Amino acid sequence: MDRGLRLQDVRLSKDATPLLALDAKIAPGDVLTLMGPSGSGKSTLLSYVMGDLPPAFAATGAVRLDGHDILTLPTDKRRISILYQDPLLFPHLDVATNLAFGLPRTVPRAKRRAMVDAALADVDLDGFGPRDPASLSGGQAARVALMRVLLAGPAAVLLDEPFSKLDANLRDRMRSLVFDRVRDAAIPALLVTHDEDDARAAGGQVIRL
Amino acid sequence: MRLPLIAALTAFALPAIAGPDPTDWPAVEAEAQGQTVYWHAWGGSTTTNDFIAWIGDQAAAKGVTLEHVKLADTADAVGLVLTEKQAGKTEGGSVDLIWINGANFASMKDQDLLFGPFADALPNWQFVDVDGKTVTTDFTVPTDGFESPWAMAQVVFIYDSERVPAPPASAQALRDWILANPGRFTFPQPPDFLGTTFLKQMLIDMVDDPAVLQAPVGDTYADVTAPLWAFMDQITPALWRQGRAYPQTGPRQLQLMNDGEVDIAISFSPGEATAAIANYELPSTARTYVFDKGTLGNASFVAIPFNANAKAGAMVIADLLLSPQAQLRAQTPDILGYGTVLDMDKLPADARAGFDALDLGVATLSPAELGQALAEPHPSWADRLSADWVARYGVAN
Amino acid sequence: MLRPLPLITALVLAGPVLFGVFGTILPAFGVGQPAGQGAPLAQVIAWPGLASALRLSVTTGVLSTVGALAIATLILAGWHGTASFRVIERLLSPLLAVPHAAAALGLAFLIAPSGWVLRVPALALGWDVPPDLLILQDPWGLSLTAGLIAKELPFLLLMMLASLPQTQAPACLRVAQSLGAGRVAGWLKAVFPSIYTQVRLPVMVVLVYGMTNVDVATILGPNTPPTLSVQVTRWMMDPDLALRATAAAGALVQMGAVIAVLFLWTWAERGAARLGRRWIWSGLGLPERLSRALGLTFAILSATAVLAGIAALAVWSLAARWQFPALLPEAPSLRAWTRFGPEMLSVAGDTLLIAGVATLVALILVIGCLEAEHRFGLTTGQRALWLLYLPLLIPQVAFLPGLQFLPVWAGAGPGLTLVILGHVIFVVPYVFLSLSGPFRAWDTRYAKVSAGLGASPDRTLWRLRLPMLLAPALTAAAVGVAVSVGQYLPTLLLGGGRVSTLATEAVALAAGGDRRAIGVWGLGQTLAALLPFAAALLLPALVYRNRRGLRHG
Repeated sequence: MDRGLRLQDVRLSKDATPLLALDAKIAPGDVLTLMGPSGSGKSTLLSYVMGDLPPAFAATGAVRLDGHDILTLPTDKRRISILYQDPLLFPHLDVATNLAFGLPRTVPRAKRRAMVDAALADVDLDGFGPRDPASLSGGQAARVALMRVLLAGPAAVLLDEPFSKLDANLRDRMRSLVFDRVRDAAIPALLVTHDEDDARAAGGQVIRL
Repeated sequence: MRLPLIAALTAFALPAIAGPDPTDWPAVEAEAQGQTVYWHAWGGSTTTNDFIAWIGDQAAAKGVTLEHVKLADTADAVGLVLTEKQAGKTEGGSVDLIWINGANFASMKDQDLLFGPFADALPNWQFVDVDGKTVTTDFTVPTDGFESPWAMAQVVFIYDSERVPAPPASAQALRDWILANPGRFTFPQPPDFLGTTFLKQMLIDMVDDPAVLQAPVGDTYADVTAPLWAFMDQITPALWRQGRAYPQTGPRQLQLMNDGEVDIAISFSPGEATAAIANYELPSTARTYVFDKGTLGNASFVAIPFNANAKAGAMVIADLLLSPQAQLRAQTPDILGYGTVLDMDKLPADARAGFDALDLGVATLSPAELGQALAEPHPSWADRLSADWVARYGVAN
Repeated sequence: MLRPLPLITALVLAGPVLFGVFGTILPAFGVGQPAGQGAPLAQVIAWPGLASALRLSVTTGVLSTVGALAIATLILAGWHGTASFRVIERLLSPLLAVPHAAAALGLAFLIAPSGWVLRVPALALGWDVPPDLLILQDPWGLSLTAGLIAKELPFLLLMMLASLPQTQAPACLRVAQSLGAGRVAGWLKAVFPSIYTQVRLPVMVVLVYGMTNVDVATILGPNTPPTLSVQVTRWMMDPDLALRATAAAGALVQMGAVIAVLFLWTWAERGAARLGRRWIWSGLGLPERLSRALGLTFAILSATAVLAGIAALAVWSLAARWQFPALLPEAPSLRAWTRFGPEMLSVAGDTLLIAGVATLVALILVIGCLEAEHRFGLTTGQRALWLLYLPLLIPQVAFLPGLQFLPVWAGAGPGLTLVILGHVIFVVPYVFLSLSGPFRAWDTRYAKVSAGLGASPDRTLWRLRLPMLLAPALTAAAVGVAVSVGQYLPTLLLGGGRVSTLATEAVALAAGGDRRAIGVWGLGQTLAALLPFAAALLLPALVYRNRRGLRHG
């Protein structure tokens, strides 16, 4: 079987004006970096992969995940998670519930707790489970957001400029954490950025639009 | 959507005078068991509301549930029945009993919106003062048994005895007093019924032959009413707020008296002042008086719409209202202070003793002082007078 | 399930309105009326008070709208973001819930020549009787206008506040101020245009209400003649049943006037915009200190007037004898409360039941519409918005009389169900107004994150969106309850008089004028509308007491 994320002759247009054409393959654990100025269609491409293309845009081409065509699936069935520049922790749930949000419902209670605790320990946030997300620092929140995605066990990850709002020193640490985890979990990742350092740290192929 | 609506608007079905037979009273009482009667009655007077609630308690003992639908205006209920008739709803209607008289009754009777005749078949009808009180005609319109009386009303004037030592007891005297005391008198704004009553009261005090008012308005209208309009032209600039604003209802007018804004007010209930004093709604120095030539009187009735859902229950309520206990309660000054429709001579001795023992209260005139009420003019007079008043003074600004 | 909801909502709102208007138009042209009455429209035109009544409707409606809009703008421009503003906001917000009739009755006692305000000089100067001054019910409708301004100001202010986040107000203001404009002038030039675009429809709702309200106009407005809507209601209530057709024709004239004024208003908007642009180019400023002082004074004045009016009602409900010129009753008395209290409470229960069900239905419709908009991109365009506002833009007197036929025609019979349905028509627009801003402002990236974590759209709605929007949803519910509690004509007409609510009882009593009873019922009505607001404020604060991220959301 053909593992990984495959973007097959994808063409985006806005109001019938061609915007972007792309043919790429991301192997499990690899990061494909898309670079380009604002308005070049990077984020729109992510929307297309997620399955909610804004009305003004049109797209053709296939998106395959581990060999399956996912374009017919609704967003929540595609098993593609996304990380934004904001951690977007759900403000009304505590940190532990945020982390457990994406766990399959079949996972029993005790195991959920163990998985959440392990995930917290993994990113040096032991005991942060009952905390209010609003009380976390930017770096802490970013780590929780990453672990929330990983716990859901996605088949691919989209990264929409995930480091752009972090302080410079935090940014480096977060980069290596994210790319390490993506590699360890053997998930194909698609990174959208306009920071050359992001591309360098990602280490994979870079497409400039 | 269009066709059924037009059908709804134009379906003038004939009223089916189906329903219980009033002359078979035991059957009426049996049918009334368990019925709920929606009595549409003006809800603007809290004392009346309390009295109706008391009637509800009495009705419960007879197995009838009474719901008082409090109206801002009796015409609401009339309109509801009319709407139902236009829509072809000839049974199961939403109004079972209406507190009604005068033009509303004339209008409903005229349009066949009423059930009956039933009034003279009520058991307590035997006590009603048919000869002495105007209970079988309503503003000159024969009731024909389509409505049953429950209270007598007569025009009295309420005055603050502290400010007005000698109240003016005729239209002319009132005019002189108003001109001498500008801004201290007003009346509810016609077409409010009490305001219209004020116009009728002034007119009947001025005309040479009150009998002309018993016939429908005719060609002589202009001549008959000329003195009234001259009178109104004189007093209006000297009224409260120079006649540029009026209280909208009788109770509002009493409130003005309590606020010290006016000194004399018209009322259609001889006992109202006493009850109002007891309820802190008038100064304790308020008293009542009538004109030397007498004042207008009429009866309040209840009627049953042709499509009422609980006709038997409604008749039971109408009968209850005529019972000596209910009539005594209604006449008790600090409860309601309404005049009874019963004939004292027809009552059993013990019932009569209750009425004899009644202390009418500080501000209520005795029957002798009230005198015989003057008969209400034909309803067409009220319509015409209030319409003319509105045209002359009601849109002046 | 979700997809047809916007259409259903549109039908629920527009259907009854159009049916009602139709049912009003037919009798206005003499259809279904007994023959030989003459054309109803001709009778309306022949009514000698028509010109004055129309003029009065238009002037009070337009003046009160302009006044409320100007004061709300001055407060926002001059004080937004200051401590005083928070005080004003806190003072004005509860006024939103005070039912119009209760506010008007309180105000009437306050400003009458024998009222609270003039009793102070009366006591000091030893007046024996109150001065014979035409303050209340003045022929120009000034006290009516003032009452409407006091009541509509909180609504417009809160609407404008709600629309602030959708504009770049702080940034625009900073830019304007850095260019040398004063605070008020800068705000008016840079922020007001975009705010006004957002609140345009609510402003028109205020305009229509100002022109067509019945309850406030009967209490504070003149009567020789009254405003057209009051006169139409009188014709409707007249014992002479033939006048019902006249009433329908009058309602039609009223509707024509409303449409004409709305048209003129949009025309004036364009003129104002042009003038505004010229003003911006002129570089002229404003008397800053005076404008700020004016805004604050008027805001405090209208807030205290309504609050003092309510206080007056409260005192009356506890008063034994109380005559001019005493400031307080001779003695306190619980009699009014023992007489009317128990019944008031039981009616309050029914009122809240109706309000609760109507609000629940409205919430389901509105949330369904907004969620459908979010999920399927079914954007409610400007035209759909007009549809939503239809029940508020068509005068009630123009379609409720016609709507009366609906129950009889549908064979349902008047009653609770129809009243609730009728309330839904009026509750939905306000709930939508109140909830759509926060709902649309919700960061949809949360939904993408959630979907990426495998959560279905329904799970996202129930577990994330609604809990995060708990505060605005509860506020919208409280608005819905307040609107329902205030409905008089729909309750009366659709309930066939059998359904009593605090509003129908209070207005029926207002006709009588027993201030103690009005006090008890008016307070009951005010509380029934206010308590849900308090709950809407308290509940989220309690539930999310440990969630800083939602504290100011």
